[in-house]
Amino acid sequence: MLALEGIVAGSEGFELRADLRLEAPGRVAVIGPSGAGKSTMLDVIAGFRAPASGRVTWQGRDLTALPPGQRPVATLFQDNNLFPHLTLHENLALALRPRGGRLTAEERERIAAALERMGLSDLSGRKPGAVSGGQASRAALARVTLQDRPVMLLDEPFAALGPALKAEMLAELARVAGEMEALALLVTHDPADARAFAERTILVAEGVAAPPRETAAIFADPPEALRAYLGA
Amino acid sequence: MAQRAVALGAGALVAALALGPVAAVLWRAGGFGAFAPGDGQALRFTLWQAALSAALSVALAVPVARALARRDFPGRSLLVALLGAPFILPVIVAVLGLIAVFGNSGIVNGALEALGLPGITIYGAHGVIVAHVFFNLPLATRMILQGWLALPGERLRLAAELGLGPREVFRVVEWPMLRRIAPQAAAVIFVICLSSFAVALTLGGGPRATTVELAIYQAMRFDFDLGRAAMLACLQLALALAAGLVALRLSGAAGMGAGLDRVVPRWDAARRSARALDAAAIALAALFLLTPLALVAWNGVPGLADLGWPVWRAAGQSLGVALASTALCLLWALPLATRWGEVMGLLGIAISPLVLGTGLFVIVRPYVNPVALALPVTALVNALMALPFALRILRPEAEAIRTDFARLSAALGLSGRVWVTRILLPRLRRPLGFAAGLTAALSMGDLGVIALFADPERATLPLQVYRLMGSYRMEAAQGAALLLLALSLGLFWGFDRGGRNAGA
Amino acid sequence: MRATTIFAAAMTCAGAAAAQDRVLTVYAGDYVASEWGPGPKIEELFEARCDCDLEFSTGDLLPRLLLEGENTDADVVFGLNTDVTRRARESGLFASHGQDTSELTLPVDWTDDVFLPYNYGHTAFVYDTDRVDMPPQSFEELRSAPDDLSIVIQDPRTSISGLALALWVDAVYGEEAEAAWGDLADNILTVTKGWSESYGLFTDGEADMALSYTTSPAYHLIAEDDDTVKAAIFPEGHYFMVELAAKVASTDVPDLADDFMAFLLSEDFQSMIATGNWSIPAKLPREDWPEGFQALDLPETVLFYDEDEAASRKDAAIEAWRSALSR
Repeated sequence: MLALEGIVAGSEGFELRADLRLEAPGRVAVIGPSGAGKSTMLDVIAGFRAPASGRVTWQGRDLTALPPGQRPVATLFQDNNLFPHLTLHENLALALRPRGGRLTAEERERIAAALERMGLSDLSGRKPGAVSGGQASRAALARVTLQDRPVMLLDEPFAALGPALKAEMLAELARVAGEMEALALLVTHDPADARAFAERTILVAEGVAAPPRETAAIFADPPEALRAYLGA
Repeated sequence: MAQRAVALGAGALVAALALGPVAAVLWRAGGFGAFAPGDGQALRFTLWQAALSAALSVALAVPVARALARRDFPGRSLLVALLGAPFILPVIVAVLGLIAVFGNSGIVNGALEALGLPGITIYGAHGVIVAHVFFNLPLATRMILQGWLALPGERLRLAAELGLGPREVFRVVEWPMLRRIAPQAAAVIFVICLSSFAVALTLGGGPRATTVELAIYQAMRFDFDLGRAAMLACLQLALALAAGLVALRLSGAAGMGAGLDRVVPRWDAARRSARALDAAAIALAALFLLTPLALVAWNGVPGLADLGWPVWRAAGQSLGVALASTALCLLWALPLATRWGEVMGLLGIAISPLVLGTGLFVIVRPYVNPVALALPVTALVNALMALPFALRILRPEAEAIRTDFARLSAALGLSGRVWVTRILLPRLRRPLGFAAGLTAALSMGDLGVIALFADPERATLPLQVYRLMGSYRMEAAQGAALLLLALSLGLFWGFDRGGRNAGA
Repeated sequence: MRATTIFAAAMTCAGAAAAQDRVLTVYAGDYVASEWGPGPKIEELFEARCDCDLEFSTGDLLPRLLLEGENTDADVVFGLNTDVTRRARESGLFASHGQDTSELTLPVDWTDDVFLPYNYGHTAFVYDTDRVDMPPQSFEELRSAPDDLSIVIQDPRTSISGLALALWVDAVYGEEAEAAWGDLADNILTVTKGWSESYGLFTDGEADMALSYTTSPAYHLIAEDDDTVKAAIFPEGHYFMVELAAKVASTDVPDLADDFMAFLLSEDFQSMIATGNWSIPAKLPREDWPEGFQALDLPETVLFYDEDEAASRKDAAIEAWRSALSR
């Protein structure tokens, strides 16, 4: 279980409060208007932002003081998920061997398998700039699978893709998260994404992250803030 | 395509100013002179010391720049400004400062003696290298620091997310940046050291440390052999251009791509070993660079009281020259902040100041009294000589801005003027501030070409320092040197700070 | 460029305002006209007698003059040394000084009718009596001095005093010069571009002795009331260094230029130049020198190459220095 206990975080006049628990494994959408604090919440979980108060725990262990690389968390950002000057293979190799060193035969196979599963086997020697947006997204997803962390944070990672491709990637993501038995948090501003992907949904609005509710339920009976956001 | 025309014009002006005087000297001499017997040895020593000085300065600058890039501590900005000081000191003052530390009666030998240990000597080939590293380590540090600060935060964030270790962060994130920045920094330092002369001679301990520039000086001032001076100057130019081209090739690798300027702390820097390493790098660099400065300052205090009106007047004139040079240099540098522009810019420091001054004298003399132009010419030449540094600082970021925003700007249909005033300049503020500070300080400290033109009324502060020394007034000279140091640092700090605040 | 034009225009106006007087333009070495050199006093004294305006124009003296050639603005040149007079004479730019040199008080005979001496000195190694108890008493003693006696000298390729030293060693040792330099090499801490750097190292205590002039102690004695700086006097003799002035043939104010030549040997000038330029006056009996100068230790033997000899010995003298110190 991932818990945000009395979190207060923010900067320059903006503040996010969060006090909630998330069961793992599971798929959770984080939805809300721009600037409400969705990304801030993810940064706090990933360790890119230290909260002003409160703590983040995973299975009861306090993560608050750990650097990002040492948390049981893998993140897919909006962009820049791969180093542009390294090939796809080299990027994935880094995920397995972040402290350097030669890959073992077994690790090579894992990378090959991850590329294979994403349909990227032929492209492993290419750099991110030389593949399509969808292929780069899949490579980034392959990277996350190799990192094999129990919590996955996804900060609108497919926002730049077309609807069909995005739907495909979300399905892929759901499959991967299921296989890894991970807790996946997907930040999105699109209710359709939330419905398609998430079992539960967190609404972040006006600087407060509300505890998760069943996705179907929250859209059937939206709270005031969500109703304003949806324009319904 | 007005921008292209401006760039071409700026480049042509550099070439004309650097090559015109050589041509004028050649014309006056009626042709090239001949090589002398000692020239081969002088050339070998020149190349050897310049290459080694450049390599060492850059290699040592890497840990210092990294430490400064990822640590914040009280007094950091003051330290960064002070670290720039050796580079902008008049040569003679800096040499006396170094000798006060490493000389036979310096504090290092004093301490060794007190401990009963054998002394060291600064005089010899190693002394030349130590001095050149002293002068150029700060420059290399600042150039590389600039590169570090320009690393896209996204890359560091991704590295942290992956939990990359220090070795991997270096290989994946930092090395590609260094591969671009370091060869250019080394080329600039190599070219500076090519024309070293008084430092090399004094610390080299004798004629073994003869450089090509000394031969030029001898030909120009002593033998009045203009043909030989012009020939040696062309040799120096060719070496500098070769260095520039090699650096251009080496640094041709692709950039790191665009970042979004998010300020991201360095998560890889938290471990204790990294902290200790950074602290050691900063402390050692500060000790090495600041102790001689502190002694210059300390020795200068008693002389401050002796400074008369002539020194203060010269200080005012130097300030005016420095500000004019700065404005001119930045106007010049903006259109030239490209790959080829940077190679062109090297011409500015590659050309021997003596030949430059003499050539300008020959050129302007038929039209105006050169003495009346002493200060404007000094400002112009100082701008030319600071150009390579300004370009080195501005180019990486100017290019990044061009690649990152060219499409967006084209889509918006921005005019050249709007592009420069709304996109280029605001985004360049930080390096512009640094470049302006460096130019102003360099111009304060540089003797440039004034020796041939100067008259009693139009002296710069460094010239007054030499005049005081030449009239036995060593104490007052040290006071004036302290004043010079303070003014140079003040200008540097002010501009640099302005740029950084605006960028924050 | 616009600022330049305005600046130049302003300077032209300033020049025009002063041109009601007749102007004598004196080219001089850079140190001369600074506030700490003899220039301001020369200007004051000469203007008092000439009803004219004396203007110094300073900088690299001979290179500039040779660059300008016949078109030079100079009426008079002040501050040449014997090692460049040959080159200067060959340019044909100079006229006779027209002064009677038989009354000069130089330690050598002077018959040159183009270059007029106004003050002189000798090369010498200076030391501080607080730091050096047993200074070498001769050049031979200096050759065999213990290694811990450190000396700074100037490069003969870039400095006039350095060249004088090379000629001094040549005059003392002749064919043996290179061997003498070889013996001195252990004591030579370093070689500097010019006199200022060497003297700075000496006053900072970095070196025990510096190549300077026999007149250097006078500055410390008179201006600083410090009698600890001495010149070591060698019986082998010291090399003579003289400073010279000359009249430019193309001058448009020949009468003023002639008057300036006469002024240089006048009592006004001669009694001022000792403390004005820290050198020995060229035409003043020793009893009329300032007190501090009378107290100077001066050599009995004075060595001097005239310009033709100097020109013929110069290359060999420098090469002896270079090859011995390059080892």
